[in-house]
Amino acid sequence: MTLTAPSKAPATIDTVIDSVDRAADEVVTLVLRRTDGANFPAWEPGAHVDVHLENGLIRQYSLCSPTADRSTLQIGVLRTPDSRGGSAFVHDNLWPGTELTISAPRNNFPLVKSRKYMFIAGGIGITPIIPMMEAAEAAGKEWVLHYGGRSRTSMAFLDELVTKYGPEKIRIYANDEDNMLDLTQVLAMPRAHMLVYACGPGGMLNAIEDLCMGWPPGALHIERFVATELGAAANSEPFEVELAQTGTTVTVQPDETIVDAVEQAGARVLSSCRAGVCGTCETRIIAGEPEHRDAVLTEEDKAAGEVMLPCVSRAAAGCSRLVLDL
Amino acid sequence: MTTTIEPAVFTEDPFDEAALKDPYPFLQRLRETGPVSYLEATGSYAIVGYDEVYEVLMDFETFISSGGLGPHDIRKDEAWRPPSILESDPPIHTVMRRALTGVINPSTVRALREPFTAPAVEIVNDLTQFDRFDAVTDLAEKYPIRVFPDAVGLPQEGREHLLPYGNMVFNAFGPENYIYQQAFAEGDAHSAAVMKLCQRESLDDSGFGAKIYERINDGLITEEQAALLVRALLSAGVDTTIFGIGNTLSVLARYPEAWQRLRENPSMAKFAIDEALRVESPFQKFHRTVATATTLGGVDLPEGAKVLVFVGAANRDPAKWGDDAAEFSLDRSSSGHVAFGMGLHQCVGQPIARLEMEIVLQQLLEKFETLELADEPVPFIHNVLRGFESVPLKVSPKR
Ligand code: HEM
Repeated sequence: MTLTAPSKAPATIDTVIDSVDRAADEVVTLVLRRTDGANFPAWEPGAHVDVHLENGLIRQYSLCSPTADRSTLQIGVLRTPDSRGGSAFVHDNLWPGTELTISAPRNNFPLVKSRKYMFIAGGIGITPIIPMMEAAEAAGKEWVLHYGGRSRTSMAFLDELVTKYGPEKIRIYANDEDNMLDLTQVLAMPRAHMLVYACGPGGMLNAIEDLCMGWPPGALHIERFVATELGAAANSEPFEVELAQTGTTVTVQPDETIVDAVEQAGARVLSSCRAGVCGTCETRIIAGEPEHRDAVLTEEDKAAGEVMLPCVSRAAAGCSRLVLDL
Repeated sequence: MTTTIEPAVFTEDPFDEAALKDPYPFLQRLRETGPVSYLEATGSYAIVGYDEVYEVLMDFETFISSGGLGPHDIRKDEAWRPPSILESDPPIHTVMRRALTGVINPSTVRALREPFTAPAVEIVNDLTQFDRFDAVTDLAEKYPIRVFPDAVGLPQEGREHLLPYGNMVFNAFGPENYIYQQAFAEGDAHSAAVMKLCQRESLDDSGFGAKIYERINDGLITEEQAALLVRALLSAGVDTTIFGIGNTLSVLARYPEAWQRLRENPSMAKFAIDEALRVESPFQKFHRTVATATTLGGVDLPEGAKVLVFVGAANRDPAKWGDDAAEFSLDRSSSGHVAFGMGLHQCVGQPIARLEMEIVLQQLLEKFETLELADEPVPFIHNVLRGFESVPLKVSPKR
């Protein structure tokens, strides 16, 4: 039996730029509105959109506007020196009135229900955290943000956040003030029922992953946009997974995990945390290239491409089919 | 204000021999009175509901481990040994756990599949000449003790102390009854021998032991903590897995249809193991200490109280698993069971234990067309572990 659905391209939305603001050194925020005047689809904190740039590049940007206001979407973009031109293009060529095609909002970084949260943001990594803090505050949760950056002027949304939530909840660390974000100290004491949500540069996330090995399994959630060999952007297309043990093929939509898709098709994967941390669902890859999103495999494992964790990891951009030992 | 209820009070001792031989009838009676009740015999609160057990395991600030996993508060009474990772709270636990998880994780365990397979093939091959064998004495007691100490990097001499030492450590999570006394009969000799095995000089260069000592160089842990972590592996890593293998087979031997389905589809072995561990959890129960007064399952728990966490009851709670909770079913998703604990102290050795059990079961499925009980299994009398002294099997080897 083959369960392959016709793989339709993900819906795109035509938008026009409402405003462009300089939010910090090298950071602009764009507010987008639909050209047809309708509302955007509902989305949850942690969601991002693909932005299709005129120069052919596709880039993911996290949404940082309030989830309740569906008339506009806001994204924040840092100009990165090593970029293949994506962020530079945004900075140099996009103005109010420019039309921009985006994908529907998608979420690889959902805020899981918990009693307490610690948010950690490095630089532009603040963007997905903004709606998360809003949701945590609205739900009356105990939370704190540790926000680090090169200097205050390089950190977007800083004043706004401190004004809104106060310095108790918003802890600022600026390197040029001799006040570096000390991750070892911040993460020294795991708290019960507290989840850690972190977004920022790769080096910072690696350090956080190491420190959180002392936290309960599953406490840490990170957002990492991975560059694979096939494409610099994270994959947001549907892809197929062939289950080698039965020959069944399932289609994995952008908003579901491989484990979800496989289970919906009636097959089984032994899994536990479903967050890429426990390693229970580790599966051998027979063919295809994965995009690893877990916190279990070492860099060597990831490079070897022999196994993956299908509870979080996906097919790499440009790889439309994985064959897995399932 | 939330209204609280008086817990039902029980005089029966969950550590007496009858309850240890067959724990489930008493657990059922506890469950019928509510998720939390009071045990006079031990002076502790029994937690049997899945949700309540889960909450205790997740809320490590209220239900702490530094009071020990036994019925006495080891912060007050002199403990018989320096506290292990299992008996510590953050931030001490945090660095120890970080050091250990960096060494034992799915990536490092994957490399063990090959070295762990050959001994399993050999042991199971030897069994194919028989129509009957004992799942415990002929198999479970032989396998982990052969592969696990190698993975840690232990020398040959001294290994004979591992099983008696493990027996001491786990029995001490119960009261000082005759079972405890028996386990501790030659306790000093076993403790000294095992502490010697845990020293850096005793360990080879490539095992988990040496890797743990390397974390001293990162400044993460002290030399003393490294020794304690190796000790934790040696105490927690052998008995549990032996019982895990024995228990899995004691369950599967009662379900001949499941054996046939597994033979047709051996990749389901890991689901079968997971479900068997749910039904017959090797680590049945352990204590936590209430750090600040709280309410659980409607019952007020005072500061300093001991709670006895019945993992084995949570894993059979009908509210979580349905009316057939006590039955093994290959079609059930056992995910969420707490046989390996949950949260902060969740078993570090889980991938190793699963690997060992899966390799053994795969071998048996390959070599035996049927596998059934030849006689009723004989329970092992142990304060907190559930397992068997003997699981007599009749088998039909594939010819
Ligand atoms: C089927 C076999 C096993 C079972 C059922 C089991 C069960 C458990 C349980 C329930 C806990 C949590 C106790 C608590 O919350 O206080 C635990 C912790 C632990 N286990 Fe296992 N275990 C098994 C095998 C192993 C193996 C093979 C190793 C060694 C490699 C191991 C090492 C540990 C350690 C070091 C801890 C303490 C973790 C901490 O405190 O952070 N276990 N185990």
